Amino acid sequence: MDLVTPSIGLVFWTSLAFICLLILLRKFAWKPILGAIHEREQSIDEALNKAELAKQEMARLTSQNQDLMQQARAERDEILKEAKTLKDGILNEAKKQAQVEGAKLIEKAKIEIENQKKAALAEVKDQVSTLSLEIAERVLRTQLDDKTKQEALVANLLKDVELN
Amino acid sequence: MDCNRVFVSKVKRLTVVFTLLIAFLSIKIDTFAQVDSAVVPVDSAVADSAHVASGEPGAEAGLGKEKFEPTKVIMEHIADSHMWHLWGHTSLPLPVILYTPNGLEVFSSGNFHHGEHDYNGKYNNYRLEEDHIKVVAADGKVDEEASKAVLDFSITKNVAAMFVAILVILIVFISVASAYKKRVGKAPKGLQSFIEPIVLFVRDDIAKPNIGHKYAKFMPYLLTTFFFLLFNNLLGLVPIFPGSANVTGNIALTFVMALGTLIIVNINGNKYYWKHIFLPDVPFWLWPLMVVVEVVGIISKPFALMVRLFANMTAGHIIVLSLISLIFIFETLAIAPVSVAFVIFMDVLELLVAFLQAFIFTLLTALFIGMAVEEHH
Repeated sequence: MDLVTPSIGLVFWTSLAFICLLILLRKFAWKPILGAIHEREQSIDEALNKAELAKQEMARLTSQNQDLMQQARAERDEILKEAKTLKDGILNEAKKQAQVEGAKLIEKAKIEIENQKKAALAEVKDQVSTLSLEIAERVLRTQLDDKTKQEALVANLLKDVELN
Repeated sequence: MDCNRVFVSKVKRLTVVFTLLIAFLSIKIDTFAQVDSAVVPVDSAVADSAHVASGEPGAEAGLGKEKFEPTKVIMEHIADSHMWHLWGHTSLPLPVILYTPNGLEVFSSGNFHHGEHDYNGKYNNYRLEEDHIKVVAADGKVDEEASKAVLDFSITKNVAAMFVAILVILIVFISVASAYKKRVGKAPKGLQSFIEPIVLFVRDDIAKPNIGHKYAKFMPYLLTTFFFLLFNNLLGLVPIFPGSANVTGNIALTFVMALGTLIIVNINGNKYYWKHIFLPDVPFWLWPLMVVVEVVGIISKPFALMVRLFANMTAGHIIVLSLISLIFIFETLAIAPVSVAFVIFMDVLELLVAFLQAFIFTLLTALFIGMAVEEHH
């Protein structure tokens, strides 16, 4: 039948046209198109991989940061604690020393005061004795200028003695 | 649940459509019988418009009081032609190229005046008989012997339509390729983004799963085959110039395409492929049988490709033309809405078929290539 008999002309032209089309498209269309698609797919893959890596890096950095923070906090706490102990120690020692020093000073002062008191008393005694002697001398001189008075005195003294 | 409902409604719709189709077919047969028995002279105007609407160049028949012959109209449309019908009585003459024993002969098919006149060539006189060019002997009768010696390499309607398709393909793909060069590494845009999914479909769903890691070598052939068939199928659905030719529904074209598959498969067949054919894995006393079967298989696979594409595309054209012919068979405009509705339905179906056949052809080619290059470990 006519419908199912391939005509030579159409076979020839189809073959020719298809081969030309294949060659032309391969050179001018498929190579650039498939190449570009492949390239783009690779770049997308790469970008995705990079994003994944960046994400991991980010997570790593975050955890590292947290670690660092914790470490820093702990360190700070320790330093504070240390400082406090140190301060307490210093304070205590200072207090003790101050007390000791104070006691020492008080002691010294006491001794000094005692010494001064003693010295002052001795001096006072000295002066009093000197003054008494002087007074006694003068009194005696004035009293014993005349005879009557001397007698009166002796009488007086004697009276006292009698009373005793 | 929701899907199920949709499915049920689709089945119902399909049932209705097919019932109607069967009903119309039975009516059509009745009308045939009536027309045949009564020999009612068909109104010339109707017959004339029949030829105009069905897009047939041989419109001379419309002038007479001839009755409408759907088979003839449809077959003329399905077959190749030396003229490209444009509209009404206007046709585009195409170049006739004849290879005669004496030398090449080139002239315009317009010289035949739709087959009314003979053309006196350099070496012979030629006559257009049922769209075949025949040599006319001196006595005015067709010389069959001499006609056989003349090979017809004319640019027929199918060849011209194929060239149009190729031109469209080249324009589309070279512009897309240039878009890829211009927009390196960027997302596709415009025509590029329409073509790219199809190219990726051919690569990822046809080539890669069937051929395996060696797919890259066959990509140009598969892509060219796919788009060549797709564009020709789609252009064949366009009812006006420059479509309307039944290019992929022509056995010559499908023969060439299947031959291409045959060649590319067997050239790339590795030792496992040939071992499978000539030393199959069966008891030795079965070899005579199996080798014959396998050798037949080499031919039968592309043969199936050839017939499948040819039959599918031709069938689609025949159905659409039959539905249009209904109007002229009934000789009433009342049937037109029904016809047109069915034609629209068929055209939409044909859009699917156009894609599907290109896909199946490419898929099977990839499958055969995959079988030929497969490594057995």
